[in-house]
Amino acid sequence: MQIAHDILLRSYRSMRTIRDFEERLHVEFATGEIPGFVHLYCGEEASAVGVCAHLSDTDTIASTHRGHGHCIAKGVGVEGMMAEIYGRKTGVCHGKGGSMHIADLSLGMLGANGIVGGGPPLICGAALSHKVLKDGGVAVAFYGDGASNEGTTLESLNLAMVWQLPAVFVCEDNGYGEATGASYACAGTQKARAAGFGMPYFDCDGTDFFAVHEAAGQAIAHARAGHGPVMLHVHLARWYGHFEGDAMTYRANGEVARERAERDCLQKFRTHVTETSLLDLSALDDIDTSVKDEIEAAVKAAKNAPLPEPADLQADVYVSY
Amino acid sequence: MSKKSFRQAINEALRQEMQRDPRVILMGEDIAGGQGGSAGVVDAWGGVLGVTKGLYTEFGAERVFDTPISEASYIGAAVGAAATGLRPVAELMFVDFVGCCLDQIMNQAAKFRYMFGGKARTPLVIRAMYGAGFNAAAQHSQALYPLFTHIPGLKVVVPSSPYEAKGLLIEAIRDDDPVIFLENKVMYDDEEEVPDEPYSIPFGEANLTREGDDVTIVAFGRMVNFANEAADRLEKDGISCTVIDPRTTSPLDSATILECVEDTGRLVIVDESSPRCNMATDVAALVAEQAFDALKAPIRQVVPPHTPVPFATVLEKLYLPDAARIESAVRSVMAYKKAKQDA
Ligand SMILES: Cc1ncc(C[n+]2csc(CCOP(=O)(O)OP(=O)(O)O)c2C)c(N)n1
Ligand SMILES: [Mg+2]
Repeated sequence: MQIAHDILLRSYRSMRTIRDFEERLHVEFATGEIPGFVHLYCGEEASAVGVCAHLSDTDTIASTHRGHGHCIAKGVGVEGMMAEIYGRKTGVCHGKGGSMHIADLSLGMLGANGIVGGGPPLICGAALSHKVLKDGGVAVAFYGDGASNEGTTLESLNLAMVWQLPAVFVCEDNGYGEATGASYACAGTQKARAAGFGMPYFDCDGTDFFAVHEAAGQAIAHARAGHGPVMLHVHLARWYGHFEGDAMTYRANGEVARERAERDCLQKFRTHVTETSLLDLSALDDIDTSVKDEIEAAVKAAKNAPLPEPADLQADVYVSY
Repeated sequence: MSKKSFRQAINEALRQEMQRDPRVILMGEDIAGGQGGSAGVVDAWGGVLGVTKGLYTEFGAERVFDTPISEASYIGAAVGAAATGLRPVAELMFVDFVGCCLDQIMNQAAKFRYMFGGKARTPLVIRAMYGAGFNAAAQHSQALYPLFTHIPGLKVVVPSSPYEAKGLLIEAIRDDDPVIFLENKVMYDDEEEVPDEPYSIPFGEANLTREGDDVTIVAFGRMVNFANEAADRLEKDGISCTVIDPRTTSPLDSATILECVEDTGRLVIVDESSPRCNMATDVAALVAEQAFDALKAPIRQVVPPHTPVPFATVLEKLYLPDAARIESAVRSVMAYKKAKQDA
């Protein structure tokens, strides 16, 4: 699939933004200034970006506890996200949700989710809205290999088929659910699971933007055309602990270093566009510099932003009460 | 006897009961950790906050089961195993995740004995973390003990210290009914003297951590510590409090609560769960109905607002009851004068 120049640049920028955002959080978390649980998406950027490159604000996504990448790829601004993670009033959720609950429904971002397997059923509902309202939208559930074992996920695959929903189930398989390997926790294969429900299955290397873009393009086109739901199985690796503070003693020495050296999606993107003369590296360097500034500004703004006020505690429990 | 953390006390209770009774098994997500990992190590985590660390190493794969992230199936499996000869202790990690498996607890475990005409025993313990104060936000901070307390057939334990945790967990494992055992995640590093040998603390028997003449404070779980703190400060101003730790919300030691209120005539209840239909309303109803004449002042509840738990530290602090709020509630009931007496 030929990818337009501007989409390539935008996608690279998105991936770089996610990387820098997460790397910076890793550093800031260690200072003790960031409260709560933080799950980093480093290493997995090409998945969110390769999928979301095919989506507009009309389309809906549901994310996971590891949600920063999906948010950025769907267009949520880093300043509001950073402020949210710092628990500030200027955060996208006014400091009431934090890292695990970043959402922006106006962008079709139905939220990160603290409940593993929380997203797939919601995405059936979002897909139902798209179908009934005939707005042409599709709904995409990102979920992990670990989440693939939740009853909610398996039931959603079935429901989506039964109702022939425009839903895309993106299984981001990084080989671990917390400290437990997928080889222990997942019986059978994702492919066979999809087949069991009669659902079309696509898979791709999730560290290769072009591979994700290609596979996601086909998967999403299928759902958008009204042919029913699909599964997209993305193979990738996480570069940090399950959450910040996890020493990862369950991973072999050198595993992460090898991933970083051999399967860095940004590096692979750069190599690909140079070899194929798609883009000029200097354009990418410019993006790198500009993203760096953007993240710096977001952190500075977050640190200086006002805290929520006492009245916020009781606000927004209901629409009316 | 030695100083042990809340975490160690729970670990020790599990270990000693597993040594005593081969039918006691453990299951839960990452309760060992590392299975299927590339390092080839197991017992990498010992649970997300390290509470079950070492138990896999000691008891092995026949007794300690890491589960897929499939709460409905493994909690249900624990229920089924309990009904058929094992004594499982299943870890639900955060109690908020009960949303994924409530049927197996509420419609299965809790009801077997009654529905089956007294023929079933379901000696099951479900351990889970609860509570705010960790910036863990709305889906990882709830204090859901009233939810379980509401369901006939379940016993519900909310320990307030390492000593209490060990004795109550041993009791829970030996008990023949399904028990929900809730651990406040902020307390895992709290330390106190805990006996090395096994001991059990009976359910439905409240503990008085202070005895006083003026005000009765009933507090649950972590709130007992705040109540003690408030009572210490009030003591300096000559206000003496009885602090009741009911230990279990089901069964509830209503006799002790009523007796203490008869003695002091004033009641403050501290509960960190959402304020509608929680333990505070339950205890208030009990006392209003059965000790009305003893009351010299209205009952006061120190509870969070009717909102989900907020993320930001400033809001979470406002949300949670603390010693200062308990202190001012006690002062307000002390200051209360009945209109009739004024006239
Ligand atoms: C219902 C539920 N069970 C357990 C958890 C705790 N938990 C949070 S993330 C996680 C692992 C998820 O693994 P996976 O779906 O593979 O996503 P990854 O972390 O690898 O991105 C677990 C067990 C949870 N948040 N919700
Ligand atoms: Mg995973």
